[in-house]
Amino acid sequence: MADLKAGDALPELKVTPDKYLPHRYAGASGDFNPIHVDPEFAKSVGLPSNILHGLYSMGVVAKAAAQGLAGGDPRALKKLTVQFRGMGLPEQEIEVTGTVKEVEGDRVVVDLEAAQGDNRIIRNAQAELEI
Amino acid sequence: MAIKTDAVGKSWPSTTYQVGREKIKEYATVLGIENPVHFDVGAAREAGFRDVVAPPMFAVVYAMPSLAPAMFDPEVGINFARLVHGGQTFEWDEPACSGDEITTTATLVSAEEKLDNGFYVFETVSVNGAGAEVVRGTWTNIVRGG
Repeated sequence: MADLKAGDALPELKVTPDKYLPHRYAGASGDFNPIHVDPEFAKSVGLPSNILHGLYSMGVVAKAAAQGLAGGDPRALKKLTVQFRGMGLPEQEIEVTGTVKEVEGDRVVVDLEAAQGDNRIIRNAQAELEI
Repeated sequence: MAIKTDAVGKSWPSTTYQVGREKIKEYATVLGIENPVHFDVGAAREAGFRDVVAPPMFAVVYAMPSLAPAMFDPEVGINFARLVHGGQTFEWDEPACSGDEITTTATLVSAEEKLDNGFYVFETVSVNGAGAEVVRGTWTNIVRGG
């Protein structure tokens, strides 16, 4: 990591949440909002189906940053800020991409985004790590 | 549309969460995080942690319960039918490990109308039993059309 510099690409991370991932995430996180676990309810409020938890998608972005730059060390990630925009859907591949913005000593700032195809579900994400 | 701003600055009673190994394992498994420090106490101690350590985003598990009374407070007046989670920031300090008791306090830091939408920003501060800050969360909730 010593030669990390601005403009470097983060190793890309791809993951496809299966049909029941939102249910398992609901159990793990305690967030059982029916828009995430009940397709019929989600459709009744105008959504295409049950949608991924935004904080799950943020968790995938956090994982991409920590694994890609710090070997998964849970101490490395110091700050993560995201904006939730498009709705994430189960059974579609999420691709997290990132670019190193600045490096100062052991502190690294990375710009990140998560998308399902053309649907950018997390935008303007920025992570600060100490590595 | 008028946004209620009376509750800006209000804090709600803290919530306390006891971090446990099985819950960390469950969370890490759902996220596909494989580092053994989240699963095995020996690996965690070898890496310098007190016990099995939580992934950073496990913060949602122990911090979110503090927001429930804040979000449902009629003084805040959030319309849930139109609520979306617009943005989120976490700033981490001391790692959260199994056995920690983490106390979180939520505060409404701003309530503003922008382009006909209501923006409600809550801050949560989570501290461990030793009084060290574990994580600070900034939760931006948007109510479409107020």
